[in-house]
Amino acid sequence: MKLLKDKLPILLFILLLAGGWELGTRLFDVPAYIIPRLSDVCAALLNHAALLGKHFALTLWEALLGLAFSVVFGVLSAIWIDSSSLARKTIYPLIVASQTIPIIALSPIMVMWFGYEIGSKISVVILFTFFPIAVNTADGFRAADREIGELLRSMGAGKTQLFLKWKIPSALPSFFTGLKMAAAISVGGATLGEWLGGESGLGVYTKRAANMLRGDDVFAGVLLLSLMGIALFVAAQMIERLVLGHRRS
Amino acid sequence: MAGVNRQQVTVERAREESLPASAGLTVQGLTYRFEGEEPLFDGLDLEVLKGQFVSIVAASGMGKTTLFRLLAGLLQPESGTITAAGAVPGQRSTIGYMPQRDCLMPWRTVQDNAAIGLELAGVPKREARRRVLEMLPELGLAGTEAKYPHELSGGMRQRVSFLRSLLAGGELMLLDEPFSALDAMTRISMQQWLLEVWEVHRKTILFITHDIDEALLLSDQVLVAASRPITQLESLVVDLPRPRTYETTLDERFAYLKRRLLGQLGRITSHAEGGPA
Repeated sequence: MKLLKDKLPILLFILLLAGGWELGTRLFDVPAYIIPRLSDVCAALLNHAALLGKHFALTLWEALLGLAFSVVFGVLSAIWIDSSSLARKTIYPLIVASQTIPIIALSPIMVMWFGYEIGSKISVVILFTFFPIAVNTADGFRAADREIGELLRSMGAGKTQLFLKWKIPSALPSFFTGLKMAAAISVGGATLGEWLGGESGLGVYTKRAANMLRGDDVFAGVLLLSLMGIALFVAAQMIERLVLGHRRS
Repeated sequence: MAGVNRQQVTVERAREESLPASAGLTVQGLTYRFEGEEPLFDGLDLEVLKGQFVSIVAASGMGKTTLFRLLAGLLQPESGTITAAGAVPGQRSTIGYMPQRDCLMPWRTVQDNAAIGLELAGVPKREARRRVLEMLPELGLAGTEAKYPHELSGGMRQRVSFLRSLLAGGELMLLDEPFSALDAMTRISMQQWLLEVWEVHRKTILFITHDIDEALLLSDQVLVAASRPITQLESLVVDLPRPRTYETTLDERFAYLKRRLLGQLGRITSHAEGGPA
C-alpha cells in the first residue's frame, strides 16, 4: 500500500503523458513517421510481440554480459589501483583521461577487432560501463576509514583480513553507485554495438524500422530499450538494497 | 622512517615468565620521533602493575596518542622495548586498543562489531558471537546484539567499542580518551559504568584523558608528562578507597589530590609555553 502511495504521482504523470501523446497526435494530425500515435505503437508492440521478444532477449543478454565483464575488470582494476601507489599514480589518471575519448568514435574499432558477432557488442558495452564501476570502486577503497583499518591492524589483522573485513565492506556503497550508473547506460552500449553491425537485437530492429519509415515500430523498439534500461537499473538497486539495506542510507 | 635504521631496534615482546609476575606493562628506554622532528619521547621508562588502572594526563600535543600507537604496535619505536604481560614473541599483540572515536564498522551489528577481535584471532565465528552475547548484559548492552551502530547513542557505541577491545586484548587495555566526545551527563554515567565493569574484570588499563576529575576518579595512579621530549612521567598515587562512585569526587581527599595534580600540571603548562607548541 505504501509503495503504491509512493509511486502514485509518477504513475499518474506517465498516464498524463501517454494521454497527451495520443490526443496530441490525433488533434494535430501528426504524420506517423514523425510521431506515431501511442495506440499504433502499442499495436506494433502486440503485433510483433514474438519477434520483439527475441530481439529484446539478445540485447538484454549483450548488456548483461558486458556488465558482468565490466564488474570483473572494473573491480580488479580498482583493487590494483588501491594496492599499488604506482598504479594509483599511473593507471588511475589514465582511466580517467580515457573518458575524454569519444566512445562512439572508438566503437567501430571494436567491430574491426571482434567482428560482427556478439563479441563486438559486449566490448562496446564494456567501453561504456567499465569506467563508472572502476572509478567508483577505487574511490570507495580509498575512502575506507583509516582508523578502523589501524584498529584491525592493532588486533593482528593481516593483509588478506584487512582486505576482506575492512576494504571490501567499506567500498561496497561506492561500488553499487557505479553499478547503477553502469546498468543504466549498458543498454545504450548494446544498442550502439548493434547499429555498427549486427543481424539482430533491438538496435538492429529500430534501425531497420527507421529505414522503412515505420515510426510505430521504431517507437516500439525504443520503448522496450528504455524499459530494459530502467529494469537493469532497478535490478542493480534491488541488489544494493539487499546487500546494504541495513546500513544507514 | 629514516630514524629507525640509525639505531638498533630492540623491540620484542618477551615471554610472560621473563617478566615479574606483577608487571602488566613495561616500557624501557622508549625513544620516538616523527621524521625530521624533535623527539617526542627520549629514553622513557614506564611500568604499570598488573590489574592497575593508570591514567596519563598531559597538555595537548605532548604525544599521548603517539605513545598509545607505539604501545599498540601501530608504530615502531626508534629504540627501546615495550613488553606487555601475556605477550608471546612472534604472535599477535595481546593489547586491547580502544581509540578515541568508537570506530565501529557500520556494516556490522553490535554483536559482530564486538566479535571482530576474536574473529581475527581465529576463533570460529559462531563461538565468537556466543561469547559476545554472554558479555552484553553485564556491559549494559543487553538486547542490542542485532542493532547497527547508527541505531545506538554515543555512550552505547563506546560501550560496544570497549567490549570489542576487552575481547580482543589479553590483560592490557589502552583507552585513548574514550569519553571525550560525549556530553557531560553521558560522560559521568560512562565513568560510573567503567568503574563497575573494571571492578569485575580487573584488567590492566592505561587510560588517556584531558579531564583531571576523570583521571582521579578512575585511576590508582595518575601519570603526568613533565617535559618535552617526555623523558619521564611524574606519578601521583590516587589512594581513594574502592569501590568508587561519582560521589567520590565530592570527597575531601579527592579535592586534595586534585590540587596536587593541578600543581604538577601547572608547572608543565608554564614550562611548555616557552617550548614549541
